[in-house]
Amino acid sequence: MALNLGCTAKPGNARDNKTGSWRVFKPEFIREKCTQCGMCTIVCPEGCISPDEDEFPVPDYDYCKGCGLCAEECPSEAIEMKKEEK
Amino acid sequence: MMEIMEGSHAVARAVTMCRPQVIAAYPITPQTHIVEALAEIVANCELDADYITVESEFSALSACLGASAAGSRVYSATTSQGLALMFEVCFNVAGMRQPVVMSIVNRALGAPLSIWNDHQDSISLRDSGWMQFYAEDNQEATDLHYIAYKVAEDHRVLLPSFVCFDGFILSHTYEPVDMLNQEQADSYLPPFKPYHRLDADDPISFGLFASPDYYQEFRYENDQALRSAQDVVASCGREFGEMFGRDYSGLVEAYRLDDADTAIVAMGSLCGTVKDAIDELRDAGKKVGLLKIRSFRPFPAEEIKSALSGVSRVAVLDKNISLGSKGAACLEIRDALYGSQIPVLGYVLALGGRDVRKKDIAAIVDNAEKGRGDIVYGLREELLK
Ligand code: SF4
Ligand code: SF4
Repeated sequence: MALNLGCTAKPGNARDNKTGSWRVFKPEFIREKCTQCGMCTIVCPEGCISPDEDEFPVPDYDYCKGCGLCAEECPSEAIEMKKEEK
Repeated sequence: MMEIMEGSHAVARAVTMCRPQVIAAYPITPQTHIVEALAEIVANCELDADYITVESEFSALSACLGASAAGSRVYSATTSQGLALMFEVCFNVAGMRQPVVMSIVNRALGAPLSIWNDHQDSISLRDSGWMQFYAEDNQEATDLHYIAYKVAEDHRVLLPSFVCFDGFILSHTYEPVDMLNQEQADSYLPPFKPYHRLDADDPISFGLFASPDYYQEFRYENDQALRSAQDVVASCGREFGEMFGRDYSGLVEAYRLDDADTAIVAMGSLCGTVKDAIDELRDAGKKVGLLKIRSFRPFPAEEIKSALSGVSRVAVLDKNISLGSKGAACLEIRDALYGSQIPVLGYVLALGGRDVRKKDIAAIVDNAEKGRGDIVYGLREELLK
């Protein structure tokens, strides 16, 4: 990618920056414990959690940077942060 | 038309003629009559501009940055501590490649508190990516504003510019100034055509995040733009000369340098004193000449090298000091002449407004002939005991 003069960019550019590569810990969602309350979707700073066809939350690991907020906030302890080997 | 004007007022007039669309400035100390005069000019509807009064210099330049990114020609003026408060924004303006033009009325930086002239304020922003032009007199100070806008807005350059002139020595002094009229100014300086701009219908963001994979290349491109601005400065200066008779094609200017043994290098109003001193020294049989640096950024190293190639020694006068090292111009001249065997001697002087007389120039030439340099000239030894 050539540089844009003045370091400019069109909106929506954050999508090109796959923050998933920053991840050290990976959230694992445990369906059995999940009540579908939606808290994780709200607190995720990447906005990368969306419901699947059964309304269970699923993170997009291309953008999940492993911050752990979802796991911290989940009232049902349905998310576990696991060390990710790369 | 020739008019007798105070330096600040002359610059305000020239800026009016450049038709800035947005002016933002902080009115309180340290400030000059420039923005006071501009406020009056805008209030009298003699200039169709938005005049934004702000709460600090940081905000003044921030407002200019935003307005420039939105596609307006903008203007501000400041000096000393005011410029220091703009430090962060200065780097942003240059990095976002906005052709902001700002007058710097050169004054010393505190502490100790000083309101008088030296070049420490603008020199301290040497590395920010702004162009820096230094005026010898009020005529040059006004003319350089038209040239600065034209160069800055050129799509081969797109960099901001300081037009520097000495506080009090020029800003508060009445001199005859040949003012362009509006028609002449318009024929030289066309309306600003932004390279790209903030537009709600086609949004972009400026100055975004760059990871280590990209940052260095952005700084490199900034550096290249500043270097290649030299040709544009020369051609815009030449065009000004062809149209109005005052040629600014040289980024440096020589005075009686051709057969000189000792070359003095200086910037700003000091050059006037040096020229008078040189005339007297020449009458007394000393071959002395001056190389005046008009453009410190871009720095015309090659031009300087060839202008000084025939001299036996170079005495560089700096109204600034990099504490722990030397004056800024001295270091760069020495770098430009590296490998030439010509001794370059540095003289830091006139800090905080100490007057420089012809006899001081003669004394410096004397020092240089004896090989005594890299000193702070004119120290009051009795205060240092
Ligand atoms: S770990 Fe952080 S980034 Fe990843 S899904 Fe949870 S809240 Fe979002
Ligand atoms: S916060 Fe926990 S319980 Fe609520 S939806 Fe997310 S994973 Fe399920």
